[in-house]
Amino acid sequence: MSPSTSPSGSSSASLLSLRDVHVRFNTAAGVVRAVSGVSLDLAVGETLGLVGESGCGKSTLGKAIMKLVPAAAGEIRVEGIDIAPLGRAELTDMRRKVQMIFQDPYGSLNPRSTVGRSVAQPMVLAGWKPDAIAARLETLLGWVGLPSEAKQRFPHEFSGGQRQRIGIARALALGPKLIICDEPVSALDVSVRAQVINLLEDLKTEFGVSYLFISHDLSVVEHIADRVAVMYLGTLVEVGGRDQIWRTPQHPYTKALLAAAPIANPKIARMRQRTVLQGELPSPLNPPAGCPFHSRCPIAQDRCRSERPELRPVSNGAQAACHFV
Amino acid sequence: MSHARIAPDRGPPGPLLKAGLEARGPKIAAPLEVRDLRTTLFTRRGEMKAVDGLSLTVGAGETVALVGESGCGKSLSALSIMRLLPDPPARIVGGEVRLNGRDIVALSEDDMLDVRGKEIGMIFQDPMSSLNPVATVEKQIVEVLTAHADLSRSAARARALELLELVGMPDAARRLDAYPHQLSGGMCQRVVIAMAIACSPSVLIADEPTTALDVTVQAQVLALLKKLQADAGMAMIFITHDLGVVAETADRVVVMYAGRKVEEATVDDLFEAPLHPYTVGLIGATPTPGAERAERLADIPGMVPPLNALPQGCAFAPRCKRVMERCLGERPALRETAPGRLVACFAVEGG
Repeated sequence: MSPSTSPSGSSSASLLSLRDVHVRFNTAAGVVRAVSGVSLDLAVGETLGLVGESGCGKSTLGKAIMKLVPAAAGEIRVEGIDIAPLGRAELTDMRRKVQMIFQDPYGSLNPRSTVGRSVAQPMVLAGWKPDAIAARLETLLGWVGLPSEAKQRFPHEFSGGQRQRIGIARALALGPKLIICDEPVSALDVSVRAQVINLLEDLKTEFGVSYLFISHDLSVVEHIADRVAVMYLGTLVEVGGRDQIWRTPQHPYTKALLAAAPIANPKIARMRQRTVLQGELPSPLNPPAGCPFHSRCPIAQDRCRSERPELRPVSNGAQAACHFV
Repeated sequence: MSHARIAPDRGPPGPLLKAGLEARGPKIAAPLEVRDLRTTLFTRRGEMKAVDGLSLTVGAGETVALVGESGCGKSLSALSIMRLLPDPPARIVGGEVRLNGRDIVALSEDDMLDVRGKEIGMIFQDPMSSLNPVATVEKQIVEVLTAHADLSRSAARARALELLELVGMPDAARRLDAYPHQLSGGMCQRVVIAMAIACSPSVLIADEPTTALDVTVQAQVLALLKKLQADAGMAMIFITHDLGVVAETADRVVVMYAGRKVEEATVDDLFEAPLHPYTVGLIGATPTPGAERAERLADIPGMVPPLNALPQGCAFAPRCKRVMERCLGERPALRETAPGRLVACFAVEGG
């Protein structure tokens, strides 16, 4: 979908550009390095999937882009503007361009506000006139497939899938260019999940909105994303086109993730040989020295324990951070 | 306790019946046979048939997946089989659950205490909440062991360590003294599995055992369950909403919708040629990596109806692409289209 197919995002069409972003949390137990040194570009009209297991920092990265958590170092640019120094007023402007939807739509809606009020809130904050808000509200509910009378009702009257539609309507209110979707379908049933995925794709076709699609579900990301970034313990281990990542994964962690993902086809599932990755994600409080993956990596060598690999172009045209691919 | 083993109602018929059936050929008495199980929720808003006539047989060493979306009754079926229903509001109102030949629906709660953990074990979705947060791992496993067998403290501890090693707990000896909060989700699930298999039950029910786990840990736990099952020849019911997990683990699949079984088939048949429109929809709605990229996922319009407002005819009719006049007024019965292949749908019958 991206206008130019250059694999390393050229800055011209870059909607979002991250350079060496770090996010740290000070806790009683020490400093948690949730995101350490992520560089990434997202082009206009592109869907970028961000995959990884819990604790890998993918949601934190999403929040850092929204400036909901502060980045400790590095640069986050939205349409070329660095968001770090922005004040309150300028931030409002930035958030008009970048919106977010969350995994638990119930937790992200005020239970005591009507749906109409929740969806209208961004427009109220942006200083729209009441009649403009009312008209827009109708349009938004129509787009996400909710009846007009939904606006007088409360979140608890809706099912999970409908609540996610409400969240999407609210995110669309100000005509954003980028929507950060943080596990938007993980809490939904299979049939409803497909409805929401199709809705997101329709909205993209219609409005050219870009998505940063954060998910642990590889089959969903494979379906929706143009490009995929794989994250492990706060760093990117592989970034590439959807097919590059799925057909010819290079990084051992990407390979392990794909091997672990269940495939809804018993014949294929039986045929493939699975190398089950041993161990679990190390604590980001105390990440291993060198390559963050070396403690679980099947091909780790001495060099991996001391020297941290950088993302670099590899044979399949993608980029991977591994000394041995 | 151990004397339950020679309880009069179980002793004589079990082995005899089993031997008799074995003699008749390949059809060995299955460890678990559920017949026409009915569980109703008695609530202020009326009676809801949460499980409506479920029949199910699971053979030794066999895995049957129970598939469906939330509210389809799959978890309540499992809790009914375990006799762990919250009563009120839920009560078994009919049917049989034959565990190793004995109907356990009529057993008293005292008798069930002997059955649970020993003959039938269960693993739940959230490992953290199925463990006692203020007891060590050792204490929790030992509790299961000593409830069903006369073991000395030291023997029980040794067996607990053995079990932890069996379920692949890293650094098992040290983990015996750990509390659940000191373990990761995957490790907690291993402890729960160790407890479930501690007394070598013949039937294991796994209710979404990997849903709360990360994908690499999920693969570890699935591999572990498969291995344990193969080694012990356990009959396993695997409850999940994830068709990927079904394809990886199941021998046979039972698809449930609104409290009823709508289709049953071997895993290959189900994925290759699903019959019920709901099954077709579920498979179409699940993205398959590696397949040619479909433009859109096949979604099923609408959502699962609430149990107290089920439509009159087929419960799936309002969402069904092949709905006919007949479906609206009449409920299709399960029909066997081929041996072991069941479906409840008028459209399939007609075509």
